[in-house]
Amino acid sequence: MLARSDQTFSLTLPSDREIAMRRVFNAPRGRVFDAWTKPEQVRCWYGCGALTLIVCEIDLRVGGSYCYVLRGPDGVNHGLEGTYREIVAPERLVYTERYVTQNFESNEALVTVTFTERHGKTTLTSLSVYPAREDRDAHLASGVEAGAALTLERLAEHLATMA
Amino acid sequence: MATDRLSSTFAALADPTRRAILARLVLGETSVTELAEPFDISLPAVSKHLKVLERAGLITRGRTAQWRPCRLEPGALRDANDWLEHYRRLWEDRLDRLEHYLFEVQAKAKKESKRARKK
Repeated sequence: MLARSDQTFSLTLPSDREIAMRRVFNAPRGRVFDAWTKPEQVRCWYGCGALTLIVCEIDLRVGGSYCYVLRGPDGVNHGLEGTYREIVAPERLVYTERYVTQNFESNEALVTVTFTERHGKTTLTSLSVYPAREDRDAHLASGVEAGAALTLERLAEHLATMA
Repeated sequence: MATDRLSSTFAALADPTRRAILARLVLGETSVTELAEPFDISLPAVSKHLKVLERAGLITRGRTAQWRPCRLEPGALRDANDWLEHYRRLWEDRLDRLEHYLFEVQAKAKKESKRARKK
């Protein structure tokens, strides 16, 4: 369905309740797993463009919880939080995910992230399963809002360099 | 929520038979009978799928000819794709940053092991 073809990154909707992502990294999987699960490392990459990661707490054990808070350029906070269900370092992670923002808390999705290594390269796949299509679409929409904010911020930056 | 156009587009796409119908229509307009052929379902069932696709604006059906040919309407599909593209870009940016970070970490580790060997 996506017009753009990309060698390393793909985003698909395998069913009406799922979002799947896949990306290849030029690094061994231990490193990718650490970058994904250690708060001091997550802080180095998770926030993007207009979204700043202001809170990053990870209690990496089964039953432990995590909490990420991203702040948008409009001052709105976007929180992602959940509980770890399964941890097989450095292969596999299963956790719940809830999106929390002002006056809104989403239903819980179940996310499975796998790290497979081949010839020193790691393929990261993530599958998010939502309770219903509405939940999945709402999650995509929240990303669209953030993405739109990012785009506008880029435009502002670009205009600033033109002035 | 299911009343806006984007929601009905995604709902219409969330079915393998309907996606197969759309894939067939990429090749050009055709009749309901011809569309039903590869599927193991009744003609009324195919008609039902076509109605969903039509309501979502993904296809149109001819009014003049007796056999009411089905035609793909790319507009709705494009809207759905644009919408998804924002989300995709957000994650692609984030993972690009992860890649960049991993590259830096590895470069640093290499440098340190070299230094340790010299000692």
